[in-house]
Amino acid sequence: MATLQTQTAARFMMAPAVIMLLAWMIVPLSMTVYFSFLRYNMLMPGMETFTGFGNYEYFLTDPAFFEAIGNTLLLVGGTLLATIVGGTFLAILMDQPFWGRGIVRLLVIAPFFVMPTVSALVWKNMLMHPVNGLFAWIARGLGFEPVDWLGSLPLFSITVIVAWGWLPFATLIILTALQSLDQEQKEAAEMDGAGPVSIFYHITLPHLARALTVVTLIETIFLLSVFAEIYVTTGGGPGTASTNLPFLIYVQALLQYDVGSASAGGVVAIILANIVAVFLIRMIGKNLET
Amino acid sequence: MARAVTTNRKIAFTVLAWLVGLTLFFPVLWTILTSFKTEGEAIATPPSLFFFDWTLENYVEVQERSNYLRHVINSIVIAVGSTTLGLIVAIPAAWAMAFSPTKRTKDILMWMLSTKMLPAVGVLMPIYVIAQSLGLLDSLSILVVVLMMMNLPIIVWMLYTYFKEIPGEILEAARMDGASLGKEIVYVLTPMAVPGIASTLLLNIILAWNEAFWTLTLTASKAAPLTAFIASYSSPEGLFWSKLSAASTLAIAPILVMGWFSQKQLVRGLTFGAVK
Amino acid sequence: MGAITLEKVTKKFGNVTVIPGVDLEIADGEFVVFVGPSGCGKSTLLRLIAGLEDVTSGAILIDGEDATGRPPARRGLAMVFQSYALYPHMSVYKNIAFPLKMAGIDESVIKQKVEAAAGTLNLTNYLDRRPGQLSGGQRQRVAIGRAIVREPSAFLFDEPLSNLDAALRVNMRLEISELHQTLETTMIYVTHDQVEAMTMADKIVVLHDGHIEQVGSPLDLYNKPANAFVAGFIGSPKMNLVEGAAAAKYGAKTIGVRPEHIELSTEAGEWAGVVSVAEHLGSDTFLHIQVDGIGQLTARVSGEFGVRHGDRVWLTPPADRIHRFDGEGKAM
Repeated sequence: MATLQTQTAARFMMAPAVIMLLAWMIVPLSMTVYFSFLRYNMLMPGMETFTGFGNYEYFLTDPAFFEAIGNTLLLVGGTLLATIVGGTFLAILMDQPFWGRGIVRLLVIAPFFVMPTVSALVWKNMLMHPVNGLFAWIARGLGFEPVDWLGSLPLFSITVIVAWGWLPFATLIILTALQSLDQEQKEAAEMDGAGPVSIFYHITLPHLARALTVVTLIETIFLLSVFAEIYVTTGGGPGTASTNLPFLIYVQALLQYDVGSASAGGVVAIILANIVAVFLIRMIGKNLET
Repeated sequence: MARAVTTNRKIAFTVLAWLVGLTLFFPVLWTILTSFKTEGEAIATPPSLFFFDWTLENYVEVQERSNYLRHVINSIVIAVGSTTLGLIVAIPAAWAMAFSPTKRTKDILMWMLSTKMLPAVGVLMPIYVIAQSLGLLDSLSILVVVLMMMNLPIIVWMLYTYFKEIPGEILEAARMDGASLGKEIVYVLTPMAVPGIASTLLLNIILAWNEAFWTLTLTASKAAPLTAFIASYSSPEGLFWSKLSAASTLAIAPILVMGWFSQKQLVRGLTFGAVK
Repeated sequence: MGAITLEKVTKKFGNVTVIPGVDLEIADGEFVVFVGPSGCGKSTLLRLIAGLEDVTSGAILIDGEDATGRPPARRGLAMVFQSYALYPHMSVYKNIAFPLKMAGIDESVIKQKVEAAAGTLNLTNYLDRRPGQLSGGQRQRVAIGRAIVREPSAFLFDEPLSNLDAALRVNMRLEISELHQTLETTMIYVTHDQVEAMTMADKIVVLHDGHIEQVGSPLDLYNKPANAFVAGFIGSPKMNLVEGAAAAKYGAKTIGVRPEHIELSTEAGEWAGVVSVAEHLGSDTFLHIQVDGIGQLTARVSGEFGVRHGDRVWLTPPADRIHRFDGEGKAM
């Protein structure tokens, strides 16, 4: 389709975006790697010394680091589980005929669009608060002692908040995939004698497999960077009970001003994200062929 | 399905669906309701659902604080500014990739997407240090630039998919009709791409408005958008709840409305084409 | 005014040679049809002439001038695309006016020309509508109108009737032929449908894998195909091609005889066979016959020929209607 004239024009038109993203990727990245080899504290600028892998040793042997990694994985895993299982059920439900589908759809989608700081604060103060929160009131009404959600179950509570925000995303994706399933396939299966459960298991589920994989990969990429909810509710505590990797790095960087250590942590976070990214890129690449 | 659905089934699903929907929406609903209560009412037990003395005093107070308006303006500038700049850079790029694809186009596109997968924490330090040394901490400009870079891959990607949906033959017809490249873009491509560009604009404004990492780490008070402003109320002092609800409702209301219009774009923009 | 010459035109996409070298002369006012199976390069050739693709080597001359390096807009040609390629956001009027607007022509002159073209094509009542509100045939006409209004030296048609249903196709075929008679402008028409080729063309160019197999008038190609490919491509149902002993009897590697020329008898003939499928159309009868020692042959008889599946029949190919082909498929 292209002739020589359009091809040269095309190269110029792509240049700004490519150059900017290249700079965005290379400059900060290389700086992070560079910093990670320095002893650099922002409170004492000008006293940086090269320290080789010292920061990495310090960071990786810090017990807080292991707890942070563990918390990150728990947070991601928990959210994935909740959103995928919940999302699938929700999608199937939304696919059924009932009155007011448009409105229910809007109700279900809403949480994704609430900014994370607002949703975290609402959950913290109005729902989960052990004295004045709604959950506390319900618990007392049922004769139980109210639970201090964010105090005693910090990571779990944060997972609930994050999952609530991401459930609409999973639901939308799975619903889209569900509705793209050819009606005729299901009808053919019915003619072949399959009941609703069989149809779900043998036809719907395999069709959804791709959508579920996509949801998993994309959510993981974003969930590895959960920050605002922790910042606003527990500040990572009590202690480091609800600190994940991004928050740990933040604490090192902007609360302890330890640039070197934070950069080392940043490199670890990047490596972790890269592992997931490789799989996601491969999936996208396959789809771009079509 | 041509067969009639039994009414019983429909009723059952209606009840179930509404129950689930309202439960999920409840925190938002609760916030909106609380914004109309007095502070005393907000922490009263038993908590009241609809039957209380509705009041607008919280909204009045929130509006009266001049710095609330400033945070709104910050949010608008950051969200609209970063998205618009992104569009200016992305439209030509997406055009080139959609209409003059080469063997490397696919690879370049995927590389662009991969930059979005870079965790923000990984570059927190360098960005912070650069901003600090340029005196740009707590400034709108640094946030506009950073958020533009964060969303650029998505903007390029979405525009690419919309442009690809324009039949190439129509552009060829324009060429045969004597249109130069510029006229082709102005008279034919842009009018046909306007819905796609609008959708991309919408979704990315939403994403930028809700961004809660850089807006929290790079700002203090001057350039803080609504995300940071709300975050500053994270200490639980019960007397603030109604006002917090009012501020929150104001902060999320426009986005909720915009979000309801951009569901399809959400799937397109954030799944990178892996789900059709 | 519209004479086009192709000199040793080749086209490669990367390492794949799609057109290995084509020489062709098209006279002013001719209706030339490029025909061939999918992938034979006919559309590519058209696009090279239009300027939508660059030639890898060779020259394209329009009225004696070298137009090889010129962009599409400056070749003085107009193209009607398979999908019509109408501008969906513009009214019919604006669609047809677009090329004139691009040429910077005065509004009043544009109005004149557009209304004239619309009149010729019966579109006057639709000038305010958008393409989305039109039927397939109407969209087709808007696309043609957009081309006419440019007063080009030649029209290029890229499979324009493929997206229409059968009945509409017949109508549009006639309209395009009538248009050619009225305008007397060169028309280059690409199709895979040999019926369109036979009915519309002054000159047919048969293409296969980028090669020109034969150039000639429709009847030339029908009566004197240059090789087995052209013989099998032109004419429907396909010419029967027979190899082996039956062919050797006539001194050729392969012989061909068209279904409509075979003489059928229920009593005697040169070849004997059993009817496998008999199609009775009333106006004709198509018989698919398993012939002893030869294989499946098709025969066409005018009117009704009352045999059925399983009946025995005899076929005789008339001596003056047998085409002989040598080992390389060329006509002897």
